[in-house]
Amino acid sequence: MNLWMRQVGGVLRLELKKTLVSRRGWWVYLLALGPVGLSLMHWLMGMSATFGHHSIGEDSLVFAGLFHFYYLRLGIFFGCVGIFSNLFRGEMLEKTLHYYYMTPLRRELLVAGKYLAGLITAILLFAGSTALSFLMLGRHFGAAYTDYILHGPGLSQFGSYVLVATLACVGYGAVFLMSGLFFRNPMIPAAVVMVWENLNPFLPSVLKKVSVIFYLKNLCPVEIPIPPPFNVMVVDADPTPFWIAVPGLLALSIILLIYAGLSARQTEINYGE
Amino acid sequence: MSAAGNGAMSATGNAVPQEKMITFANVSRFYGEVLGINNVSLAIPPGVTSLVGPNGSGKTTLMNLMAGLIHPSQGEIRVLGIPPEEPERLCRAVGYCAQFDAYPKGLTGYQFIYSFLRMFGFSHEDSDRRTLESLETVGLVEARNRPVAAYSKGMRQRAKLAQATAHDPQVVILDEPLNGLDPLARAEAIALFEKWGKMGRHVIVSSHILHEVDRISDQVILLSQGYVVAEGQIQSVRGEVKDQPMQILVRCDQPGQLAAQLFAQGKVVECKLHTDGRGLLLRTTDADAFYLLLNRIVMDTGLVIESIAPADDDVNSVYQYLIGGEGATI
Repeated sequence: MNLWMRQVGGVLRLELKKTLVSRRGWWVYLLALGPVGLSLMHWLMGMSATFGHHSIGEDSLVFAGLFHFYYLRLGIFFGCVGIFSNLFRGEMLEKTLHYYYMTPLRRELLVAGKYLAGLITAILLFAGSTALSFLMLGRHFGAAYTDYILHGPGLSQFGSYVLVATLACVGYGAVFLMSGLFFRNPMIPAAVVMVWENLNPFLPSVLKKVSVIFYLKNLCPVEIPIPPPFNVMVVDADPTPFWIAVPGLLALSIILLIYAGLSARQTEINYGE
Repeated sequence: MSAAGNGAMSATGNAVPQEKMITFANVSRFYGEVLGINNVSLAIPPGVTSLVGPNGSGKTTLMNLMAGLIHPSQGEIRVLGIPPEEPERLCRAVGYCAQFDAYPKGLTGYQFIYSFLRMFGFSHEDSDRRTLESLETVGLVEARNRPVAAYSKGMRQRAKLAQATAHDPQVVILDEPLNGLDPLARAEAIALFEKWGKMGRHVIVSSHILHEVDRISDQVILLSQGYVVAEGQIQSVRGEVKDQPMQILVRCDQPGQLAAQLFAQGKVVECKLHTDGRGLLLRTTDADAFYLLLNRIVMDTGLVIESIAPADDDVNSVYQYLIGGEGATI
């Protein structure tokens, strides 16, 4: 194994220990597990006779709403703020970043190792949570739901949601790792990005494309209509095809990570004392 | 030690080539409007070098610059010929023990050292061996599987020392390494620094405990408000402080007679009889002339001299003369 791989492996091992099990990140677990709890309740309540009648199609729409409005706009977004912003900033606060900076490790590799550790954690939490929620939400339909997944559109929807959740972690992860290198307070860039992402439906079609949510929304299998009166302000843009959206998002993430790597080279260890 | 570019002498008096030295050439570092260090030029040869100065004098800035953790606002630094902008090379040669009592969370003493050794590219076997060796050096083998967070302050300090030196660096930078250590551990640490210095390593130490670092220092750099006030071997530095007469303690059988002879020749400015009546503490502005005169008096009068020792050529005295205040308690 060459030196770089060994070094990235070293960073990854150390960072996974910190990011996967972090007492300070309890709220990130809560963000990921919240919808799983709701889906579990929905399943259990659906089995009772008093639960109102509804179809798998309606549950599918409920999940699409949950995914659009909770996972993409809140859960994964803030989960990535919590995980990725702290990769460098957290170590500055804890005064431990110099341990890394005193190893003969290219700063770009440090960024890569930290990003991979954050990404594994985020994907485990949020793609895992998406998968669990999807599988549990219609579980009370029993065999019909199994049939919906195995022989209907369920499997493709499941795959798409997990893919979009993963891509969201990739994209927002790169954005917030970079912002963690530049901002002491991660909430400032988070607020700016959040406002931008939520304004997306109302932006002109050119500006729409300068965001993560636009590409992710286009990849979602079920579209959620925007209710009136907000729908009159929505500007339609041509949806980006899959083969552009996915590589485009990955390319954008790589560019951000390269910039973060170059910035990490210039970063000074100054804990403010 | 001398200003950068002029070459330097080791503690043993041998000329040291530039690529074996740590050099600063007109280095300044500002934190916004605040001065860190200003226009520092140094060439530090191998051996134990103490950085001495009050809080805010620039000791940590100087160390962080050497370690490449911060960059100079102007000037050039080379550590064994390596620019700090090349961490991939620099960090193989440098080990840094920072003053912060902070550690990556959730690691045992063993993992703390092993994990970072892996980032040097050492194999598992090599990292394991080095980790155990460094833990043994600081006496933490027994406690290696306990979390660092559960260590006492002294143990944590020793773990940091082990971590900083496990990759066998040629330059060891130690910022307040004696903090939190009990007297026994402190004595052991000092012995270790001395050993590293004698092995030809650079050991750069900053400490508030002047009398302890004084004992092992080959060179000293005195800093005040971001400026290098004095640098070199402590006796040479003391010799340069011309406005403070040198104190010398002479133990002899007839101190009164010796004092009278010395005053008669005008080579001393002050004499004090030792409390036991068998010694004389004197101050002279010309030590060389004093020693010649003393030889003559001994030959003329038959005085029995037990010992002669400078009484103020230690770091603490020099610190007080040049910077002021009580050195030992800065």
